Amino acid sequence: MSNGTMNGNGKRSFKLMIVDDSNLMRRRIERSQQFEELQLVGTAADGVEALELFKRTDPDVVTMDITMPHMDGIECIARLVAMKPAIRILVVSALADKATAVEAMERGANGFLNKPFTDRQLNEAIAELMR
Amino acid sequence: MLYEQELKTFVEGTTNFFEVAAQQPASIGSPYLMEGSPAVHEYTGVIKISGKREGVVYFTAPKAMLTVLLMKMQENDFSHETMRDLVGEVANTISGNARRDFGRDFVISVPSVLSGEKPEIPQKPGQRSFIIPINWRSHSAKLVVSLA
Repeated sequence: MSNGTMNGNGKRSFKLMIVDDSNLMRRRIERSQQFEELQLVGTAADGVEALELFKRTDPDVVTMDITMPHMDGIECIARLVAMKPAIRILVVSALADKATAVEAMERGANGFLNKPFTDRQLNEAIAELMR
Repeated sequence: MLYEQELKTFVEGTTNFFEVAAQQPASIGSPYLMEGSPAVHEYTGVIKISGKREGVVYFTAPKAMLTVLLMKMQENDFSHETMRDLVGEVANTISGNARRDFGRDFVISVPSVLSGEKPEIPQKPGQRSFIIPINWRSHSAKLVVSLA
């Protein structure tokens, strides 16, 4: 995982980007994640927006939906990992078949969380991602 | 043609959605064959299905139910846009979860959302549709599954 950045208190912080075509879901993830060291740098509604946001903000951690317009999550994952191999990506998707999870991991995702999820499940998945 | 076991997949997906996302179980009724025009409420999230199966899955709910659902999800934005977002997300979640049983060749679209009195649901003529009735708190909604 990338080293993040050292903040004024001597603690490491990591930049978070949330990618989902649902504004409701983007807000939910932002609201529910409980890690002080994760600083939200932006949200994107599809893979194209995510790549543009990535270039501006250089996130360390990403939550990524799969089914999105313009560019889906699978393609976006591959492009992000190519640009920043140390990036950590948690797929957050309704697609519950194993083949999709396998493909996402093969493209470079580090974790997979199915929708619907509880706050606890989200935070456990993020904790696992950042280990 | 839709089989009983396949309908069960959607019943279970709907049950799971309300238990987890709404944190309160819904009462899911027995599926029945739709006759006549599509039965819709004020907001409808539509997912087109392609690949191994073709058709649509849609979740339709009244504004009142969606408002309470948003409250249960800790939301305080009850705008028209948020209602549309929610109903699309519900349809997306249930359809995506169905891939656990249908497999990855059950290809789901991004949601389209319809609102208003008589929205046009994209359906093939002659294709049978099943209604799964949903009762949650004092509200009623429907999941409709129409697959060839």
